[in-house]
Amino acid sequence: MDPTENEGRRDFLKKACAACIGGAVMIPPIAAGVAVLLDPIRKKGAAGDFVQVGFLSALPDDGTPRKFTVLTTREDAWNKMTNVPVGAVYLRRVAPDKVQALNVVCPHAGCFVDFMPDRSSYLCPCHDSTFAIDGKINDRKSPASRGMDELETQIRNGNELWVKFQNFLAGAPEKIPA
Amino acid sequence: MKSFLNWLDSRTGCKKLLHEALYEKVPGGARWRYVWGSTLTFALAVQFITGLFLWLAYNPSSQTAWESVYYIQNHMTGGAWLRGIHHFTAQAMNVLLVLHLMQVVIDGAYKAPREVNFWFGFVLLLLVMALSLTGYLLPWDQKGFWATKVATNIVAITPLIGPQLQKLIIGGADYGHHTLSRFFALHAGFLPGLIVVLLAGHIYLFRRHGLTVKEPRRGPDTYFWPDQVLKDAVACLVVLATVLFLVIAGKGAELGGPADPTEPYSAARPEWYFLFLFQFLKYFHGGTEVWGAIVIPTLVLIVMCLMPFFGKWRLGHRFNIWFLGVLFIGVAYLTVLAVADDRRKPSYRVAKEAAEREAERVKVLAAAHGIPTSGAVNLLREDAFVQGPKLFARNCASCHRYDGNDALGLTPKDPQSASDLKGFGSREWIARLLDPAHVASTNYFGGTKFARGKMVKFVTKDVAAYTPQQKEQLHKVVMALSAEAKLKSQASSDAKDASEIATGRELIRGDINCVECHAFGKPDEDAAGPDLTDYGSREWLISFISNPAHPKFYGKRNDRMPRFAEEKILDAKAIGLIADWLRGDWYEPAATVSVAR
Ligand code: FES
Repeated sequence: MDPTENEGRRDFLKKACAACIGGAVMIPPIAAGVAVLLDPIRKKGAAGDFVQVGFLSALPDDGTPRKFTVLTTREDAWNKMTNVPVGAVYLRRVAPDKVQALNVVCPHAGCFVDFMPDRSSYLCPCHDSTFAIDGKINDRKSPASRGMDELETQIRNGNELWVKFQNFLAGAPEKIPA
Repeated sequence: MKSFLNWLDSRTGCKKLLHEALYEKVPGGARWRYVWGSTLTFALAVQFITGLFLWLAYNPSSQTAWESVYYIQNHMTGGAWLRGIHHFTAQAMNVLLVLHLMQVVIDGAYKAPREVNFWFGFVLLLLVMALSLTGYLLPWDQKGFWATKVATNIVAITPLIGPQLQKLIIGGADYGHHTLSRFFALHAGFLPGLIVVLLAGHIYLFRRHGLTVKEPRRGPDTYFWPDQVLKDAVACLVVLATVLFLVIAGKGAELGGPADPTEPYSAARPEWYFLFLFQFLKYFHGGTEVWGAIVIPTLVLIVMCLMPFFGKWRLGHRFNIWFLGVLFIGVAYLTVLAVADDRRKPSYRVAKEAAEREAERVKVLAAAHGIPTSGAVNLLREDAFVQGPKLFARNCASCHRYDGNDALGLTPKDPQSASDLKGFGSREWIARLLDPAHVASTNYFGGTKFARGKMVKFVTKDVAAYTPQQKEQLHKVVMALSAEAKLKSQASSDAKDASEIATGRELIRGDINCVECHAFGKPDEDAAGPDLTDYGSREWLISFISNPAHPKFYGKRNDRMPRFAEEKILDAKAIGLIADWLRGDWYEPAATVSVAR
């Protein structure tokens, strides 16, 4: 081997080592940072639990919906808060002892849907989706791709209204728990 | 690819830039002594990266700062590593700064024409120290809070503008939300911004004047790339390995209990690299602190600033080296003294242990109950395990003892004059009370006027003469009386020995006849001794502490014990915490076994 070739090889080795080590030392801080950055991905929304929202006697007999605030335990990163508002539902009597519950959140992009008593239907103030009183899409041109999200209900002890409260992903044609 | 690079180069001139950066001349060959500047730049880059990512999750306010750091550290993937790397790299930087400075001065790299660059470096040094100082407060734990409070109080003794300056720094008259906002803005915005600008200038000037060669040269000239880069990279790797080792060995960066402005923490110390200043201040007595805190440090800094001028003369250069040498030896010596001082002080050790206990405890509580919006400090304030010993030490330990000390591990200065309450209400505790060998000891009635009272007489005369059969009966009385306390730790034995306890209850009223002097099961106006109904239970203990001179307890015969509630010495909450703690009644996670202190 002639000396220049030998030198060239040593030079290459040096460069390779310098570049590799120089790059490697940046990996741990960046890796730890990216792990923290991505941490929220593994977080899940609150599991739907039954929550008492009010009393059956508060619902009008004629089937007009009424809005109820849902109070329950909320976890926000490190905080745990009991009995705080986490959302709202429209409740409506469909039979003397049967109720239907609709999450007030619009399935289009998550605005707060209003009930229009004069038209007996729901209107979302954001992009004008309209929903029938049972939550189904009213208008074929509606931007929402599914009806309002219906929630499971229970009547306990004759008069207590319980709702399995949950939020769903906005925008999707199906109900996917958020 | 190649054409893209060519295009990029034609638009930006990046090739030339890169070439200039890499092919800086290194006269006399690459050497290890030139690596310090690069390791510092590396450390700074690590701090910028980790700092930015920490920023994603940190929340600067007095109810959320500690909480968010706790969350990063314990509940976010990679969080403990991220914080650990940031924390220990900060420490490494302080060491590297000293090494860099020493190398620059010893090699004469600060002399003309490099004066300005020396000053750039000098200001960078101060800025990095400011980063350390501001960063220490951000976790808002007891240690950082109290240590920083000392630092900002020292600011107030600055001549002329002290008080205003202090308010400016902490964002008001006292520590609060704005203290954190300001420290965070300084730590993550102002200071790093300044550092970037100055560092750019520092590196530019370094390149302008070239490397200061250490004579004699060891070999032929080379270029920065790859020879010196390789050495620099290896040095950075060593720095990183050290940091990672410290992260693993220290199980991440330390996080003390949440800051509590109402709980002074006597073991609060600045980070180890500021300990020398802390120690230095001890030598300046009332009224002269300004010399130790401001005047002398400022003079030292001025001398350092003037070094490039002294360096013009041979003697001046020698002086500079000696000056720095003596300075750093002095700093090291003061640091050792500070550590040794603390080692000697039992109060320091006790405060430190208590703080570690709290830091552990708050994690247990947070995991179990979640943190209230009012902040994690409230978890500790409501916790008998943490507050019990402190309240006892403060309010009870001038007469009572807990396991022979003040419950925090110190011996109170007043001699023991009342019972030792460790295990109060338990079978062992009551059995010893009814033991002729113990009843008159200071651990029971020995230090009180009851030493000559009926109870002691009963135990030392009557009980001492008991037949084996009577002793057997007494044993059941102990079980029955202890069962009144309904202690958590005795729940299973109380349930197991139900029949003995039932017999014991009969004996209290019958053969052993405690009811001659005590009420038991029903009120008894003539009872001279304390009521034994529910003896040692939470309610009993609370009423007793609230008013031991109540007719139900010692009545007029009460000996010195304050009526804690009646005299408004303690509020109901504090008395409840003491009672819970004495009874060993605090939250315990299901999996761990109860370890009474
Ligand atoms: S959010 Fe309701 S229509 Fe768009």
